[in-house]
Amino acid sequence: MTAEGPIRRTPIRLLALGRDYPRVAAAAALVLLLFLIAAVAPLISPHDPLAISPDDSYLRPLSPGHPLGTDDLGRDLMSRVLWGARASLPVAFVAVAVGLVAGGIIGLISGYAGGLSDLLLMRFVDALLAFPGLILAIAIVAALGPGLRNAMIAIGIVAIPVYARLIRAVVLQLKQLEFVTATRSLGATPLRLIVGHVIPNLLNPVIVQVSLSAGFAILAEATLSFLGLGAQLPTPDWGQMINSGAGFLNNDPWLAIIPGAAISVTVFSFNWLGDALRDALDPRLRG
Amino acid sequence: MTTYVLRRLLLMLPVAFLVTVGVFLLIHLTPGDPALILLGEDRSPQAIAQIHQQLGLDKPLYVQYVIWLGRIAHGDLGRSITTHQPVGTAIAERLPATVELGLAALFWSLIVAIPLGTIAAVRRGSIADQIATGISVGGVSIPNFFIGIVLIFVLSVTWRLFPFGGYVAFTKDPFENLRHIVLPAIALGTAGTAINMRFTRSSMIEVLNNDYIRTAMAKGASWRRVVFIHALKNALIPVVTIVGLQIGGIIEGAVVTETVFTWPGVGRLAVESIFNRDYTVVQGIVLLAAFSYMVANLLVDLVYGWLDPRISYS
Repeated sequence: MTAEGPIRRTPIRLLALGRDYPRVAAAAALVLLLFLIAAVAPLISPHDPLAISPDDSYLRPLSPGHPLGTDDLGRDLMSRVLWGARASLPVAFVAVAVGLVAGGIIGLISGYAGGLSDLLLMRFVDALLAFPGLILAIAIVAALGPGLRNAMIAIGIVAIPVYARLIRAVVLQLKQLEFVTATRSLGATPLRLIVGHVIPNLLNPVIVQVSLSAGFAILAEATLSFLGLGAQLPTPDWGQMINSGAGFLNNDPWLAIIPGAAISVTVFSFNWLGDALRDALDPRLRG
Repeated sequence: MTTYVLRRLLLMLPVAFLVTVGVFLLIHLTPGDPALILLGEDRSPQAIAQIHQQLGLDKPLYVQYVIWLGRIAHGDLGRSITTHQPVGTAIAERLPATVELGLAALFWSLIVAIPLGTIAAVRRGSIADQIATGISVGGVSIPNFFIGIVLIFVLSVTWRLFPFGGYVAFTKDPFENLRHIVLPAIALGTAGTAINMRFTRSSMIEVLNNDYIRTAMAKGASWRRVVFIHALKNALIPVVTIVGLQIGGIIEGAVVTETVFTWPGVGRLAVESIFNRDYTVVQGIVLLAAFSYMVANLLVDLVYGWLDPRISYS
């Protein structure tokens, strides 16, 4: 067998990737910027996002000291939007991690072991897929109780089938390849095979999927919070800010429109990154 | 074909079983005792025990599951904890409004997506193509409740063209019914528009590269005839798949849109029931959503084979 196995690739060199695919670089920069905003929100927020100041309520955007204005309780909208990133991005992170780890384990076992375990695990995955994603998330949150932590768990569970199927498919494909058979016949243990050969080959499709499901996770979190099932008052959260802002559309539409724009930009960034990475890393998946 | 249908139905059985187990466990995962919700103030041990006996909660879990499944098989979804109305009736009352909204949203998404997707494919790189790409990325990134709120702000609050929300039955006043459905249908249909357009575009590009298209052109057929008569019919086959799944997922999209527009459908009933801790209603709606999604999946597979006879069922 030659050094260039059919789907074995050299590890991704991030800088080279950014250079060859400017779209990946631009989208990655946008996502990094969002994470940076979430990290430094306490330092760059002009005010405490929870500080109520009835004298300053309903200030319009571009008011002195309040660049995006204030809400009905006089809380600074800019600070609340910046802090909102600290609710949304960790949810996406944890939810994707739950989906990736649980789905990954299911996919690896299912693909590697085959047989009865494959049959049973895949029926479980099919059952999860039988629920429309948002309905499943809502049902889980309804059962566990509203709140950001339960929303993360629910969205993570919704993400399990995608990873389980993706990883199983790649493992099944890899099992057929000569280098895997060769390594196995040389006496490598299953664990060594998985860690040394299977996981490195999974990186590319998984990275693409992580970015796309982070976009979904943020959208789902915003939706749950909008419905009152995610972040609870007074936590600054974009979905919940739209919900309360919707009551003031007559005179103060920015209270809903600004957090809505924040969600849209964030979800767009992750979807865009996912799309760009797919084009760059996995030409087979190009739509 | 018959063997394939039978095999698909058989494969659906274990999944359907697991789905019912999941939905059944939903109510049992819930922290807190349903008896306490039912009883309110009177929480004497005797009263709690009586409710447990009435609801069958004193029996082992698997027995409860079998009893519950038996009832479901007979179309009995139980009674609402708060209104005591049969859950089946409560859902049936709200379902027509949801289906009406879902179909209106689908109609909106198709009349925008198919022409725009086709133009984008035929004129790749043109302004129309760029607009189409913009819509296809934006449509899936902007939350539909936010689209709804922006529509309300622009078209209801500012221009006063449409009402903020609410519902008027078609039989009562067809014109008002249409006026009320426009905004929620656009809000609900936008994500579908984005997805359908993407599918139409990529499938059309693929079809236009086929030999038979070149043959049709060589025989002197006009460009318009080739695109609309020869290509579009085949290009729409993958779109059928995704539209079928969208029909199966109507309830999912309705949850949020109905809340924004105070539309009296199943989605809003689900949200209200969650807040009232009316778990039997939530359970019924989740079960309905999962089964309609599963059936849609199955039908899509079957219709797909019928539309494209090249697909083998082996």
